[in-house]
Amino acid sequence: MNGADALVKCLTEEGVDTVFGYPGVAICPFYNSILDSDIRTVLIRTEQNAAHAASGMARMTGKPGVCAVTSGPGATNVITGIATAFADSIPLVCITGQVSTNLIGCDVFQEADITGAVESFVKYSYLVKDVNDIPRIVKEAFHIANTGRKGPVLIDVPIDVQNATIRNFKYPEEVKLRTYKPTVKGNMAQIKKVLAEFSKAKKPIICAGGGVLLSEAQFEIRKFAEKYNIPVVSTMMGIGVMPTEHPMYFGMVGNNGKPYANKAMNESDLLIMVGARVADRAVNQPDLITKGKVLVHIDVDPAEIGKNVGPHIPIVGDCKSIFEDINGSEFECNDFKAWIDELNTYKKDLAVVRKPNPKYVDPAAFIDMLSKNMKDDAVYVADVGQNQIWSCSYHIVKDGRFMTSGGMGTMGYSIPAAMGVKCACPDKQVVAVCGDGAFQMSMCELATMRQHDINVKIIVLTNNYLGMVREYQHYTYKDAYSVVDLSGNPDLEKLSSAYDMKFLRLKDMKDAEKVIKEFLKKDESALLECLIDPMDTVK
Amino acid sequence: MKRIYSVLVENRSGVLMKVAGLFCRRGFNIDSLAVGETDDPKVSCMTIVSSGDERTIEQIEKQLNKKLDVIKVKTFDEKISVTRELMLVKVKYNKNNRRDIMEICDILKANIVDMSKHFMVIQICDRPDKIEILLNMLKEVSIVEVARTGVLALQKCSETDK
Ligand SMILES: Cc1ncc(C[n+]2csc(CCOP(=O)(O)OP(=O)(O)O)c2C)c(N)n1
Repeated sequence: MNGADALVKCLTEEGVDTVFGYPGVAICPFYNSILDSDIRTVLIRTEQNAAHAASGMARMTGKPGVCAVTSGPGATNVITGIATAFADSIPLVCITGQVSTNLIGCDVFQEADITGAVESFVKYSYLVKDVNDIPRIVKEAFHIANTGRKGPVLIDVPIDVQNATIRNFKYPEEVKLRTYKPTVKGNMAQIKKVLAEFSKAKKPIICAGGGVLLSEAQFEIRKFAEKYNIPVVSTMMGIGVMPTEHPMYFGMVGNNGKPYANKAMNESDLLIMVGARVADRAVNQPDLITKGKVLVHIDVDPAEIGKNVGPHIPIVGDCKSIFEDINGSEFECNDFKAWIDELNTYKKDLAVVRKPNPKYVDPAAFIDMLSKNMKDDAVYVADVGQNQIWSCSYHIVKDGRFMTSGGMGTMGYSIPAAMGVKCACPDKQVVAVCGDGAFQMSMCELATMRQHDINVKIIVLTNNYLGMVREYQHYTYKDAYSVVDLSGNPDLEKLSSAYDMKFLRLKDMKDAEKVIKEFLKKDESALLECLIDPMDTVK
Repeated sequence: MKRIYSVLVENRSGVLMKVAGLFCRRGFNIDSLAVGETDDPKVSCMTIVSSGDERTIEQIEKQLNKKLDVIKVKTFDEKISVTRELMLVKVKYNKNNRRDIMEICDILKANIVDMSKHFMVIQICDRPDKIEILLNMLKEVSIVEVARTGVLALQKCSETDK
């Protein structure tokens, strides 16, 4: 057994069933060994997307997604994907090939100091120098990636280590890391303090972030909200914690969120931030969320608590475990009826009124209609740009999931991530929605979808601009457009036909429902292009 | 506010880069940094002096604790710690100022550890503030080169008693 066999064996031990990647000589021993396993390999068309696909997979399975790429350019190409996962705390194990140990540091062909380069975007990284360390390192990597605040871990394996013979392989049962013991259980005394605040509160609200979904605490939070009538708002990463039309849900907060959600948060007298970073996009004035209210901050990462705003009651621990403890405690509180009524008034008074151009597809009405026609448990992956903001505002989550690149805002995320989702859950309906700019960053993956039968529904909102930046230049530079015009766009109908993929186009809202139904009907990959008003704005 | 961080880390390659990189990336200052093995050869101790407001100080400690190679972080105030720094200063001297230099060294308990016809190397091992005094005094002469270790610190015994 050599190092590469050992790596594959370790992945099997971890229950990995799919590896996304791109080969090169330095990772060839690994890709040779994988032939003798049951692991499915997906040849993604560029390395960044291998990490995005692994990210989509991880978000569905709750286990680290795995990608494997070659040394040098393969490794540097994957960095954006790793950084994207890091920003959203998505667990990944990323394996990179490396030049032979004796050549490291000599600047030989396709050598890159990848552990050095990714240092600020990974939770941890390893450069394997001894083949006998492989089982321990892989065990640790999966553990580190998927516990505490989750995130990507990189394992750099020189080719000679992959080829070296390993003495008696044994996969460790547990990890021994003296420096790493994340807190899971919340401090009971702190939890009691929160309950005491609930008993006093007249206007409590929960603001749920992506951490809730990562710890699968959404069901505990729904239970809590329903039992005591407590309203919930969410950050962008927290969309889907509550079904959109749940009577206790009051929308997404932040710059691009619902005005009534922000108002609700500001008017509250007890604010529970859970699994949310209090980052600039969600809370641009941290003072507002502490003034005149009690702020409770629940997060698994102690460094997030107090980073942007000092809470009155901090609780470090796993969101799910903490809400289980909260749900397990008895306490008295008000009925919050007046507060809910107040919030429903805001919802009515502060609803955004759009003036859509009837000559085009209205993204708001379209996304609303699309959601209503999607399966209840479908997964919606939004890209970045104006389309992301519209998706956040108008997609209706029922029993499914909503995903996007929130922290990094990486264009091109939606298609590969949706492919990862589909690989994880082949029975689910998976829809990726992107702009015509981002589509062109990821359209190489249409081939991957065809090759591996990954049936993703792709929707391109075509405005012939890098819309979000155009909108910014419209407001900031009085329409002095610079490098945002996308003339030269391919004809998507011809492109789809080149990939032998079903294609539909919507020019306005007239036939929208019929076309959407046709588009979603079968479990097959398909591309739907919607022509939207190039001058439309999200603000 | 000045803070001293005594950081026990795994003695592995790349750890210094990770810790230093963390300060750099998050915009924290490093006033000084000293690294050496502890009694356990697998563990190194990094003594870092940094300054910043209260929130920064708290963040530094938390971010250090997040690093997987960090075993333990202790932070303390200069006031409750024993601090020492070693400095070597090479000065150019002449007949007229030689006595003055020797007098300064005498008063500040610094030693002359090497000497030639025109140059001497002065060594001092003391609290950082004393080091500054010597440095300022010697600036009047003519300093050729300076090498400092950075501050080393341990908590005072009376604090450890508590
Ligand atoms: C990789 C990457 N490059 C640049 C940006 C900056 N950026 C944010 S939104 C946007 C425009 C996106 O255009 P498009 O994909 O057509 O979507 P639209 O905004 O038109 O919906 C750009 C360039 C980014 N987020 N990611």
